Amino acid sequence: MHWSGYLEPLAHGAWVTIQFTLYSILFGGICSFAFGIGKLSKNWFISGLSIIYIEIFRGTSLLVQLFWLFFALPIAGDMIGIDLRLSPTVAGVLALSFNLGAYGAEIVRGAIQAVSPAQYEAAKALNFSSSQALWRVALPQAIPEMMPSFSNLAIAALKDTSLVSLITLTDLTFAAEQLRNFYQDSTTVYTMVLLMYFGMALVVSAIMRAVEVSVTRWRGHRR
Amino acid sequence: MLYGFTWDTSNGELAFALSILPILLTGLLTTLKAAFLGFFVACVLGLLFAVLRGMPSKLVAWSTAVLIEFIRDTPLIVQLFFLYYVLPEYGIVFPAFLTGALALGIQYSAYISEVYRAGIQAVDHGQREAAKSLDLPPSRTFTHVILPQAIPRVIPAMGNYLVSITKDVPVLSVVTIVEMLNAAKIIGDQTFNYLVPLSMVGGIYLILTIFASALVRLADVNLPKKGIPLR
Repeated sequence: MHWSGYLEPLAHGAWVTIQFTLYSILFGGICSFAFGIGKLSKNWFISGLSIIYIEIFRGTSLLVQLFWLFFALPIAGDMIGIDLRLSPTVAGVLALSFNLGAYGAEIVRGAIQAVSPAQYEAAKALNFSSSQALWRVALPQAIPEMMPSFSNLAIAALKDTSLVSLITLTDLTFAAEQLRNFYQDSTTVYTMVLLMYFGMALVVSAIMRAVEVSVTRWRGHRR
Repeated sequence: MLYGFTWDTSNGELAFALSILPILLTGLLTTLKAAFLGFFVACVLGLLFAVLRGMPSKLVAWSTAVLIEFIRDTPLIVQLFFLYYVLPEYGIVFPAFLTGALALGIQYSAYISEVYRAGIQAVDHGQREAAKSLDLPPSRTFTHVILPQAIPRVIPAMGNYLVSITKDVPVLSVVTIVEMLNAAKIIGDQTFNYLVPLSMVGGIYLILTIFASALVRLADVNLPKKGIPLR
């Protein structure tokens, strides 16, 4: 079969991949800020919870997390009498987001801690509350610092979505596997798929660079 | 039954957990073998990429940079399928385990080549000038001046990538390799109890990575910052 014949089924798969990438970046971003700021909290319960979350999701393999949420969680739910069966889509988005969020949380924490202590002292001197100091002084300076690491993380998010094909989701990797089974033309199919992932990654990094340029303005002028 | 060990499903969860532990640990051994082999490939290939990337020829340097970017931006699982299905079409047949380790090595060589580059570039330029003024030949400058100072900077980053590779080994299960996660999945498929084996795999990974990270931090603190003499 001519290579153009593979385009349509692969495009369907690519669309699923794009959706998973967007959802995991969105929810993973929320987790990053929630747990990254949480780890710096003075409340021991919040900081302890954040540390446990980060250690568990950074310390184990993404595929283990995916399988655990999809295969093991329903059984755990059964034991305590709650229905925790997740659809493959929900399990996939949750595993990807939690994994991404744990790595992102460390980036957020690092960038906030890198803000100069003098900035906090100045905020205190001006009678800012600690949440005002965080949202109006620390974060506008810290977010531009996070962007290069977040760009790498966004590419990682795109690449990681390929694992959802292992819990029956029909993403680009799954579409490739189906085409290969059907036509036995692995060279063409997998070359096309690699190039499609590469193309999507270039788009992701272009978008992240645009975001970086726009958030760098928050930092204001430096002297 | 797996690896010659049978599981015990009739005496409660704890007996079940204990009966599958030897199976998971055998799987862990496969995981670690794949990780170390992949890491070795990545170190060698990464060095090659770093050298090619620094070539004076613009064409070589630029095309290596594109290749590194391509490897970094495409998923491991697709690269693995590519090697596993495409190489045999050209008459190159490896056992699944070697193909898996090769895929891990190729994926991480892209990251590790950057580690080498950064480590070498971080050595103060004055060192090179001093070596030149002492009339040291370029090869000796590299092995006796640059490398000894680059190694302590590079080792912690390499250690972190070794930990990352270990966490990526479960992907190799898609080409029939029975490593720790796949062993747990097989046990789950046959006993309908996924919770115990998968949680144990998570726990073993957690212990392993916490231990390994502590080791990397220890190395980072204890390595002589000024350099390691190679003689």
